[in-house]
Amino acid sequence: MAMLDRDRRRTAAADRADPDPAADPAQDAVIQVSDLRMRYGGTDVLKGVSFTAHRGEVLTLLGPNGAGKSTTIEILEGFRTRSGGQVRVLGTDPATGDEHWRARLGVVLQSWRDHGRWRVEELLSYLARFYGPYSSPRRRRPRPVAELLETVGLTAHAGSRVNTLSGGQRRRLDVAIGIVGNPEVLFLDEPTAGFDPEARRDFHDIVHGLADEDTTVLLTTHDLDEAEKLADRILIMAGGRIVAEGTAEGLAAQVPADAEVKWTRDGRRFVHSTSDATGFLRGLLAEHGDAVADLEVRRASLEDAYMSLVHRHESGSAEQAALEFAEEIR
Amino acid sequence: MTATTLLAVGSGLRRGWTEFRHSLTSREDLIGYLGIVVLFTGMSTFMRGESVRGTDIPIANMWLAGIVGFLVASTAITTVAQGLAVDREDGTLLRAKAVPHGVTAYLIGKAVYVVCVAMASVVLLLIPAFVFFDGFGVYQPTDWITLAWVPVLGLLSLAPIGAILGSLISNPRATMGLVMLPFMGIMAISGVFYQVTGFPEWLQGLAQVFPLYWIALGMRSVFLPDSMLAIEIGQSWRLGEAALVMGVWAAVGFVVAAAVLRRMARRESGSRMEAGRRRAMQRA
Repeated sequence: MAMLDRDRRRTAAADRADPDPAADPAQDAVIQVSDLRMRYGGTDVLKGVSFTAHRGEVLTLLGPNGAGKSTTIEILEGFRTRSGGQVRVLGTDPATGDEHWRARLGVVLQSWRDHGRWRVEELLSYLARFYGPYSSPRRRRPRPVAELLETVGLTAHAGSRVNTLSGGQRRRLDVAIGIVGNPEVLFLDEPTAGFDPEARRDFHDIVHGLADEDTTVLLTTHDLDEAEKLADRILIMAGGRIVAEGTAEGLAAQVPADAEVKWTRDGRRFVHSTSDATGFLRGLLAEHGDAVADLEVRRASLEDAYMSLVHRHESGSAEQAALEFAEEIR
Repeated sequence: MTATTLLAVGSGLRRGWTEFRHSLTSREDLIGYLGIVVLFTGMSTFMRGESVRGTDIPIANMWLAGIVGFLVASTAITTVAQGLAVDREDGTLLRAKAVPHGVTAYLIGKAVYVVCVAMASVVLLLIPAFVFFDGFGVYQPTDWITLAWVPVLGLLSLAPIGAILGSLISNPRATMGLVMLPFMGIMAISGVFYQVTGFPEWLQGLAQVFPLYWIALGMRSVFLPDSMLAIEIGQSWRLGEAALVMGVWAAVGFVVAAAVLRRMARRESGSRMEAGRRRAMQRA
């Protein structure tokens, strides 16, 4: 799979060099969400979600199933009407977004199985045409189809019928369709579900390439590893709220510094939990010296904290899990 | 018309034609098209030699005329309803929503597709009918004109019903049952295969409320000689009334269908589709 090629990058660079008259600081906030609420059949699915995404930023909504990630993204896409709160995507309320607004977005959903009888290139060219009238010197629309097929690694399948593609190839096509209009904002709902590790890495390259072109990317995932690799910023969602927010490093630093020290002495295993691992080790070694073996020190990681959040969330106490996680990470 | 609307119309035409091409190369669809032709031609052949009572017109010829009407009506209702239900479930409609002017192109594409399917079904039936059935044909220039406008207006009068059903039915596999049963009921009273003049008057009146009666009547006027008028209501082909009834259905249907389609399209979202998919998997 090729990266977005060099000409395209030069175009993007030239576009950046050409100052955008609309590029004032307020415009820089591509997605603004404040106190977003969603009530559905008597239950609150979203209980006041607020965040902002800036131009060229890759933002991840990370959380267990049922946390409210997909609902949030669907409201931003304009596919769902919210119950309350303020939402702006590219300065427009998605509930009233027109076709011109729509042309500036890219959408990749979880479970598309459409257009099975169409051939890959046929479908991509058909959908590409819609974006032609919205082209500008700064944003060429649509992307050239052949080049895009190369980018997502489907050139060899250009003539294949969509329903003969494997699950991973199908998702690549979905991603290609999502970016064929050269969107300013791209929404991806669980984009790498069903990808093998190589496809996943290729996909990560595509996303980083898009961010270099000033595309804002909002994606959902329940996979922390993916969020860490992709996102400039991670929003952890649980129970309809954002319970933590920051860069991967920032979130990791927020996790309590308790460390687990394991060692063996005279054939017996010991485990000790401490907030001052270095001090504890100094004492341990001073006291027992050479008798200490198999020493292992493990800081509680973001992963540990996240896994326990997911576990509690799925065992039914979403609300409780969200609160505890928020408490823990503070 | 702005450039973008023009592009949406162009894309819709292209979309409809592409889907029709796919349909012609799909084995299941071809079996569907040809199966109906073989079935009805066979049925008509079976009735060879029998004449409509009181006339010298073969029953087969009257049937064939009715079958043309039936093909137009069933395409308008079942193809549209089934197509919409499937497109909602697999995400085709949501894809259209995600693209600027995509829904406009989608609906135009669906209309083009349905017209092509109806034309193909009718032509496939007419070719063997013209060749194998004596006296079955189009003899007057005015009959050609009727053959051109009655099916089109018939499609327009019934397609909105198909669209409404397709918007309301959430399980595509239930479409056939939910749509075909009432359709068969109306077909039974609409004189597609036999004269309604033998029915009680209230039933005749009811039949004339629905477009199917008028589509079939229009087709009989094309393919049967005027000597058959003796057994029609009012001893006339009543094409003006046919146009009026179908026109009213088309006009009212489009207004209602537009509202239902808008509401359905607005409600369509990824999670609804996902929920539908889960339900479908549970049933499977």
